Amino acid sequence: MNLDNRPLIEICDLSIGFSNEEKQVLPILRNIDLTVRAGETVGLVGESGSGKSTLALAMMGYLGNPLKVLNGSTSFRQQSTFDLSVRELEQIRGGQLALIPQNAGQALTPTQRIGRQISEALKLHSKFTETQRPERVIELLTQVRLPDPATLVDRYPHELSGGQQQRVAVAMALAGEPDALLLDEPTTGLDVTTQAHVLELLRDLAQETGTAMVYVSHDLGAIARVCERVVVMYAGEIVLDGSVRQVLLKPVHPYARSLLASIPKLREASLPAALDGRPPAPGDVGNGCAFAARCAMVEDRCTHERPSLQVTKSGERVRCHLFEKVEQLAAPGPGTAVERSSLKQAPEVLALDNIAISYTSRGLLDQILGRQPNNTPTVDDISLVIRKGETIGLVGESGSGKSTILKAIAGLIPARHGNITYNGNELLKASIDQRDKNQLRRIQLIFQNPDDSLNPRQTVAEILAQPLRLYFGLSNQELHDRSVEILERVRLGGHYLERLPSQLSGGEKQRVAVARAFIAEPELVLCDEVTSALDVSVQAAVLGLLNRLQREFGTTYIFVSHDLAVVRALADRVALLYQGRLCEIGPVADVYSLPSHPYTEVLLGAVLEPHPDSVPVLSADDIVELSPMPIGCPFQRRCPRRLGEICDTQTPPWQQVSSEHLIRCHIQHSDLQKIQTQQVS
Amino acid sequence: MLSMLLRRLSLGFITVALVSIIIFTGVEFLPGDACTAFLEREAQGKLLENCRRDLDLNRPAIDRYLDWASSAMVGDLGVSVNGQQSIAELVGNRMNNSLLLAFCALLVGVPLAIFLGVITALWRDKPIDLVFSTAAIFAMTIPEFVSSTVLILVFSAWLGWLPGIVLTSANASAAEFFPEIILPVIVVAMVMTAHILRMVRTSVIDVLASDYVRMATLKGVPYWQIVFQHVLPNALLPAINVVALTIAWLLGGVVVIEVVFNYPGLGRMMIDSISDRDLPVVQAIALILATVYVSVNLTADLLTMIANPRLRTLHMRK
Repeated sequence: MNLDNRPLIEICDLSIGFSNEEKQVLPILRNIDLTVRAGETVGLVGESGSGKSTLALAMMGYLGNPLKVLNGSTSFRQQSTFDLSVRELEQIRGGQLALIPQNAGQALTPTQRIGRQISEALKLHSKFTETQRPERVIELLTQVRLPDPATLVDRYPHELSGGQQQRVAVAMALAGEPDALLLDEPTTGLDVTTQAHVLELLRDLAQETGTAMVYVSHDLGAIARVCERVVVMYAGEIVLDGSVRQVLLKPVHPYARSLLASIPKLREASLPAALDGRPPAPGDVGNGCAFAARCAMVEDRCTHERPSLQVTKSGERVRCHLFEKVEQLAAPGPGTAVERSSLKQAPEVLALDNIAISYTSRGLLDQILGRQPNNTPTVDDISLVIRKGETIGLVGESGSGKSTILKAIAGLIPARHGNITYNGNELLKASIDQRDKNQLRRIQLIFQNPDDSLNPRQTVAEILAQPLRLYFGLSNQELHDRSVEILERVRLGGHYLERLPSQLSGGEKQRVAVARAFIAEPELVLCDEVTSALDVSVQAAVLGLLNRLQREFGTTYIFVSHDLAVVRALADRVALLYQGRLCEIGPVADVYSLPSHPYTEVLLGAVLEPHPDSVPVLSADDIVELSPMPIGCPFQRRCPRRLGEICDTQTPPWQQVSSEHLIRCHIQHSDLQKIQTQQVS
Repeated sequence: MLSMLLRRLSLGFITVALVSIIIFTGVEFLPGDACTAFLEREAQGKLLENCRRDLDLNRPAIDRYLDWASSAMVGDLGVSVNGQQSIAELVGNRMNNSLLLAFCALLVGVPLAIFLGVITALWRDKPIDLVFSTAAIFAMTIPEFVSSTVLILVFSAWLGWLPGIVLTSANASAAEFFPEIILPVIVVAMVMTAHILRMVRTSVIDVLASDYVRMATLKGVPYWQIVFQHVLPNALLPAINVVALTIAWLLGGVVVIEVVFNYPGLGRMMIDSISDRDLPVVQAIALILATVYVSVNLTADLLTMIANPRLRTLHMRK
């Protein structure tokens, strides 16, 4: 694309590390060799702790405290970055080399208007004069496809949605007309639809302007969409570097193979293969290959001889003694299929009948006067029947009310109206403090982030003892035995009892959270985004664990997730929520095979698969809605198949597609199917 | 915005009203009344009756409360038992003196505290930080009567530069308090500066570690521009509320310093009237201090809201 073939960014034998309290030097990055040429798009992929963000920031000459360069150098346009003066670095940063940060919401200064923040970058890094700048700011905001840029410049960051904030960060990075963009997980934390739109924008920018990109992400799907080349990192090393097509379709490193196998795929109804163990901590690598301890193909020399970065026949760089053997392996097959027995006849566990939930609390005056809030409820008209032993997935964008529904079932947020019936005849009280102990025991909740849901001052033994004392009145030996038993069930073992959460890895913490839920012998477990804070390889293991426990105990799951592929892997049925209203509900296979509801179509279209040819279908704008529509179809404003006035004024009826499959739309299901089939062909 | 203002104002008014009820009932529940408290052993016969008639104590408590509260609203706080003087006038003088002390202390202390707080945060763990942070801890922990006494000893007794005691009468004009007021101002400012300094330091350190400051660095913004445009506007927002609390403390809570320097402030008047058992004056001062607390905090909240765009939109929407 670009004829200038001199490397833009050149990293030679770079090692970065820190000293611990015992004055040992622990490396975070080890012997990194990497060049990025002008116009090239490179993805840096790896799990948390692999050093990918540190590497990207080092390219800008930035090291967070307490990191220091141990060895090697990095240069930008033949200037050694770590030897530059502060003044020279300020010239390059945000100018020729710009960063697009993770979580733009926190990276924009909260007390400054958007326009001023972009203007600041222009003032520092462009020739535009004071009078030309406002116009240029608007140009930039238009370039990143933000609506109504003229009013946007006067807004503060918190007044924008996550997707808009991320676009502002992109505009700010473009202000200096950079030669290279560093993107540090730019779409992590965004909804699938928003992510797809931002990625398309970045991809177009790279093609239009010829800007080089270094895209740091844990998400191979996103990298596949934006980059031509991908560098896989593990424990601070580059283990594989090749074209996206090669790495994704025929990875020659065992780690890359396992990583790919652990990603749930939208088209496969099977559990992804988990990668056991965890990466070595900094300084724990030893003499051999860093991946040896988790590698399925490990040989004797792997444990005591560090592999060098070798070049394969097809031109990839790989750090493995056995890469020629790996090359011979067939592409990784699908994961283990989940056994599904027909659950149509199973008894009903939980029935939600016309549930509405509202977050707005009544003011003091309203309470005195006995007034009901008259606003549109956050979640409304939810009716669902959940049968024993099934897994039902609740899917939707952020703000769609999925977690709110779980909280209402658990009694944490009392529903404004509607009934929750347990086992067909037992009416559950709305609020948790009105429910009896047995009702509490039977419904357990597992939270998204184990760092927040486990008390950091309690040992695993204390965490597990609480439900045992509360529900079963156990003590001493019996309590200990039960704790050990459940820890073995979640594959941790009794030696974890005396540990504190801070001494566990992310996956181990989530296993403890799962154990805490299952030790109560629940009938219904509510899983609230339980894998979204975990690395993919760990996620696969937790999904496998949940599936196994379900088969052992016959537990029923309500599984909330924003990740459609994860739901596909685990759930029997799926319910799609938009703005707190149900749009579609049905068996996973039916809903995913040929999406019928326009919202399902939009969501599934935006999913990025880790495949070089995966192209998202963007059929709706990523406008963010603040509150649900009081009348009409909840999806009316974004629907790509909007009919007209009827969608704005009338709530669509439920259409029965099959005995299990329902959609809520004014368009006939058969017509929707026709549109889909035409699109596919 | 306007409705929010009205709501906050009425809430503040309710708070003060509740405090007035608590003060009034508290005094009512004391054994005896203002007259028996004041007259002590002479509280009998004609004397007591006259006193009660003068103070209007024979009517039911609710009537008296309503009377007291409604006249307090228009600035009439009644008369003292002691000198039969108008309390408004008595307290007014003392209030002015306390305001003078507070004003001088704030004038010196707030800019100094913010300046030093920012300096110590920017040079965290460097010698300059260690010196001022340690000094702040000393200023906070040494009892005020000790530091007052030491200052009097050094600047008044040994060096003879400043008067060590205030001899000006309570109703003198502000100018007449100079230079006597200088030492009390120094003592008060020392404690206050230390508190605000530590708060500003923590707040600046937090903001320095934030993502947006890192982003500004990686955007190539020069260091001092980051400090003035990205760090300080965000870090100094919490200072507004701390300063507000300090003002309230300065008006009512510096009794010890007022006593050591013989400064005729509001705090000392409160203590004096408690020991004189002049209950109407005690009631009046308690009510005034409550009003000060409520209004100063209300002002601080409004200022924070104006300065913080996040809070601003939050309330605009409501």
